[in-house]
Amino acid sequence: MVLLGADPVVETTLVQIVKAIVIFAVILQVVPVILLLERKLLGRFQQRYGPNRVGPKGALQPFADVLKLLSKESSTPTTAVPWMMAIAPVISIVTAVATLAIIPFGPQGAWGGDLGLYGIDVPIGLLYFFAFGSLAFYAFVLGGWASGSKYSFLGAMRSAAQLISYEVAIGLSLLGVAMMAGSLSLVDIVEAQGSAGKGIWFVVPQFVGFIIFMVAGFAESSRPPFDLPESDAELVAGYNTEYSGMRFGSFFMAEYIEVIVISGVATACFLGGWHGPGPEALAPLWVVLKMFAFVLFFIWIRATLPRLRYDQLMFLGWKVLLPLATLNVLVTAILLVVT
Amino acid sequence: MTDGGLDTPGESQSGARRTDGPAALLPPYREREESISLGTLDEQPVSGTEVDIDGGPDRETELMTINLGPHHPATHGVLRLLCTLEGEVVRDIKPLIGYVHTGIEKSCEDQEYWKAITFVERMDYLAYYFNAQVYCMSVETLLEEEVPPRAQYLRVIHMELNRIASHLFWLGTAALDIGAITMLWWALRERDLMLDLFEMSSGQRLHTRYFQVGGVFEDIPPGWEAKCRRALEVMPARLDQYEALLDENEIWLQRMKNTGIVAREELLALGVTGPLLRATGEPWDLRKAMPYSSYGDFQFRIPVGTVGDNYDRYRVRLAEIRESLKIVEQALDGLPEGPFITSNRKVALPPRHELATSMEALIHHFKLVTEGFRVPPGEAYSAIESPRGELGCYVLADGSAKPSRVHMRDPSFVNLQSLKAMGENSLIADFIACIAMLDPILGGIDR
Repeated sequence: MVLLGADPVVETTLVQIVKAIVIFAVILQVVPVILLLERKLLGRFQQRYGPNRVGPKGALQPFADVLKLLSKESSTPTTAVPWMMAIAPVISIVTAVATLAIIPFGPQGAWGGDLGLYGIDVPIGLLYFFAFGSLAFYAFVLGGWASGSKYSFLGAMRSAAQLISYEVAIGLSLLGVAMMAGSLSLVDIVEAQGSAGKGIWFVVPQFVGFIIFMVAGFAESSRPPFDLPESDAELVAGYNTEYSGMRFGSFFMAEYIEVIVISGVATACFLGGWHGPGPEALAPLWVVLKMFAFVLFFIWIRATLPRLRYDQLMFLGWKVLLPLATLNVLVTAILLVVT
Repeated sequence: MTDGGLDTPGESQSGARRTDGPAALLPPYREREESISLGTLDEQPVSGTEVDIDGGPDRETELMTINLGPHHPATHGVLRLLCTLEGEVVRDIKPLIGYVHTGIEKSCEDQEYWKAITFVERMDYLAYYFNAQVYCMSVETLLEEEVPPRAQYLRVIHMELNRIASHLFWLGTAALDIGAITMLWWALRERDLMLDLFEMSSGQRLHTRYFQVGGVFEDIPPGWEAKCRRALEVMPARLDQYEALLDENEIWLQRMKNTGIVAREELLALGVTGPLLRATGEPWDLRKAMPYSSYGDFQFRIPVGTVGDNYDRYRVRLAEIRESLKIVEQALDGLPEGPFITSNRKVALPPRHELATSMEALIHHFKLVTEGFRVPPGEAYSAIESPRGELGCYVLADGSAKPSRVHMRDPSFVNLQSLKAMGENSLIADFIACIAMLDPILGGIDR
């Protein structure tokens, strides 16, 4: 990856920094858009208008919300451990944003030069995704425990159990994809689905894996119907009961970034990533469109499904998804060896 | 940064511990408040109340007391529940009520009979027509006053519409507690159809004070019947929509079926009535058992369940909406002509136009408005089937124009007793579903 001549290491680092800033800035802008989209769509699903007061057709509502959250006091209960409570939202955001780095938006050189349209192309891409997904649960557990409230504590325990259970299923569901592509790098996985390789999106041969990934992905991001860690009817707000102000907002932002990450990984692993008709320069457009479809799906499900019970969640995770994912990996392995 | 976290004073530790004897069953109020904190989790659990569950002396269990309410999203008002949890399992439930005690029953003693209607309507605030009806029935019994047939039919129509509105609100909030957020707005959309009708007939959407002693306040305006029929036409399709959203949803079925089962005998022993009892297969409905207000004229069925789980409770209420639609339709078809309120001028106000021509009417009007009507001494109890069960009203009259005592047997209050039987030893999520399916109205419980 030699850019502009002389010293490749320095140039690459510079480019990496620019990429990191661009990704972070873009995602920060996308989160309010998704927030608005969700509220508008939920409104439509539920026979109401959704936000329509701030700005034209309510377009500025997320900014008003963020402004409100920023200007609010970050209260801390007397029973809390303040520094832990403060650090939990940070972990939440950092782990979510870090995962974004590996989502490929286009091949190397799509926009000229040697520039790859992704943060980094790590050879252990999927492991990187799992690693940060696992780290994210520290945010919930720390935040919930350090709040010093029983509701937060219960929410934290729930999220710990939920994330660990579904981490296993999500890992096995992607193993089939990794075996077919012969690589853990997301860029290689996308390329394996292109015309150069077999030319088929992995959603077809890995359909079972795709379903498991989507179900587990909902659980990973704690979205309905798997929003048990913050199930409002039972635990008030779960792990973030005691949070207020922008710390509370950070948890929400992390959740939305997590949704984007899951959508991005699903796009790369199952829907052929940047592959689509038209010139190669359009690659990011296809990725964004596919991710957008996933985000819509997340919102649609939220409006439709009730919440699972804790034991049903565990049952689904360990007794349904895990054996299914294992079977999927076994069948994939056998087929790969035979053909 | 100062370490403000883990230094909860230790002196409350002994106080929050449960000791033997009934007096020490609940620690003093302040200490109970403190026991909510998790402050000294790493040393000694302040909050842990040690209750022997299965009698196993060697079983080291740490229980957590959690304060559900009065401000909790799922307690449907200001119900406060002290729950003892073992992990996610609810081991003990203590409902604490009284957070919305308004003293309505006592206030009624200071009002003339016709003014008290406004008060009683505000008890069970989702079933205001029923409160007014049962109170008026008791007063009418004492007065030996006949209600004209048209008024009886109008009462039935409004009560059944109210039952539908109440069940719809229950459906929306109950589904919200299970996590199906969309259901709330769908149910409220149809509830608005009912409220529009109430607004048209009485000028108010809630607490209409439409029922009077001896009849109803006004005849229904022109166009009301057509509007009501339009609402009746819409409803079945909308109910099908709800069923498509909920009944064909595997998660909803799994959450509902075989949860919160209480045996019929136990419910009967607790005095539970209404959809909760009917869900166990007991066809007890006062509209059939002791017909009042012309309910005998209508053809309708009593939906009953089989198992008595949360799913049956849900199905029974949904079927009741369909039956109520039938009753309203029949009542509209057979709505008799005639007066809408009794012609007894001692009880009901004379028509406005008579005041200009009749001295008698003017005197009656003046007497009724200034001091109300006198009720002969005696006592009366009447009971009707409200959306939540048997709603009874006891009125004691001492011969004056004000009741000596008004007491309501509110179904929410009695039904709340079964919460322990429903929710004990179940997961928190099921327990919340049980509260939702119980359909408690705190305004009725506390009165």
